Amino acid sequence: MSYMFTVSPDFSPDRLSGWYIFNTWMQRQLGVDIHLELYDDFCAQRVATFSNKIDLIYANPFDAAMLVREKGFLPLVKPTDLLDEVLIAVSENSPAQTIDDLKANSKIAMTEDPNVNMIGMMLLESANLNNSNIEKNVYDSYILVAKNLLRGHDDAGVFLAGAFDDLSNMVKKQLKVLLRSEIDEIHHSLMIGPKLVARRDEIKELLLGMDKTEKGHGVLESLGFKSWTIVDDEEMEFMIDLMDTLST
Amino acid sequence: MICNMKVEDIVGEYQEVTLELYKLGPRRILYTQIQTPFPEGKLIVSTTDIDGNITHVNHAFIEMSGYTKEELIGAPHSILRHPDMPPAAFKDLWDTVTKGEKWQGIVKNLRKDGGYYWVKATVIPNIRNGKVVGYTSVRRKPSAIVVDECMTLYPTLF
Ligand SMILES: Cc1cc2nc3c(=O)[nH]c(=O)nc-3n(C[C@H](O)[C@H](O)[C@H](O)COP(=O)(O)O)c2cc1C
Repeated sequence: MSYMFTVSPDFSPDRLSGWYIFNTWMQRQLGVDIHLELYDDFCAQRVATFSNKIDLIYANPFDAAMLVREKGFLPLVKPTDLLDEVLIAVSENSPAQTIDDLKANSKIAMTEDPNVNMIGMMLLESANLNNSNIEKNVYDSYILVAKNLLRGHDDAGVFLAGAFDDLSNMVKKQLKVLLRSEIDEIHHSLMIGPKLVARRDEIKELLLGMDKTEKGHGVLESLGFKSWTIVDDEEMEFMIDLMDTLST
Repeated sequence: MICNMKVEDIVGEYQEVTLELYKLGPRRILYTQIQTPFPEGKLIVSTTDIDGNITHVNHAFIEMSGYTKEELIGAPHSILRHPDMPPAAFKDLWDTVTKGEKWQGIVKNLRKDGGYYWVKATVIPNIRNGKVVGYTSVRRKPSAIVVDECMTLYPTLF
């Protein structure tokens, strides 16, 4: 039997090879064939998941709800100390000092990431901005979001905080962060589908011990992770409930 | 148990009122006009059992309420009940969530020190294996405009 693995399309391009290395490591450890299939966008990935093609996924918190509640996926682990936080930034030349200075009809730059955009809109809501009174401009990457702030095309940008931190210093120097979320409870998770559930405990053990072997440590490093931390069912359910409260 | 508020906990000039809490009876409330701003970028999170007794609070909840975690866990959620909140709001909250639906509203909450803070709250039932096992409330910063609207509306709902 062979299995299909996929990664939420919001991973940084620098980590592409890391995910292939991780997949090879998983296949060796489990003695099974796993095919890593990467999708260009969130929609294509969701379609694949819906048609039951996926058995193992590094999922963003937004998709986790559908995976658990509709597709029988279960959580395994999350990267230690890596949270999904969101920030709102403007060009350093912008007169805005806080998000309250952003006015109706502002042009807001963002990517397609549903998870980040949901939290971003939640943050903007406190400044009385919502879908009906802003112009959303969607770009393919956070670098393009930054560029469009710098060239004055957009008034503010919504970033995954980790992706913002990874921008070059030259770009970051020209941007001003108005607000950074401190939600603390939302994270990506590695999850398994029904076909692999029978091996859940074994896979969890392998992952949790990964940082303790030299080889495993190297694989983690290529993903930019320190180690994995367990995600139990209730922690996942709690996160899904929390995401649900943010969705409106 | 939820106790009367104590004068020594209160910061600033206060007023006194007695609120009749559901199932719990009267509680002496001491409240001031001092507002604590919502912590930027954070969410205030709590969960309760099906009766509304607190089972989990996050750090922002503790910070904003002024109580310790030990005081909060096991206490009824009405420990935050502010006298300016119309009872109809909470009736609507409970009617909605016991039907299994999501409730959203703007709430003025009472701190241990008598002060207050406004939140936009979303309450949902926690469904596990098809059964409601409790409720989660997540509060975010409300916009100044909706708070102004509520300051006008709420006094008319008593
Ligand atoms: C999950 C959850 C969160 C709640 N959060 C609050 C709150 O922050 N402030 C509040 O006054 N009541 C809150 N309530 C409602 C209280 O349980 C209670 O109904 C309310 O304080 C009014 O008190 P009474 O029902 O005794 O009249 C919450 C209820 C639930 C289920």
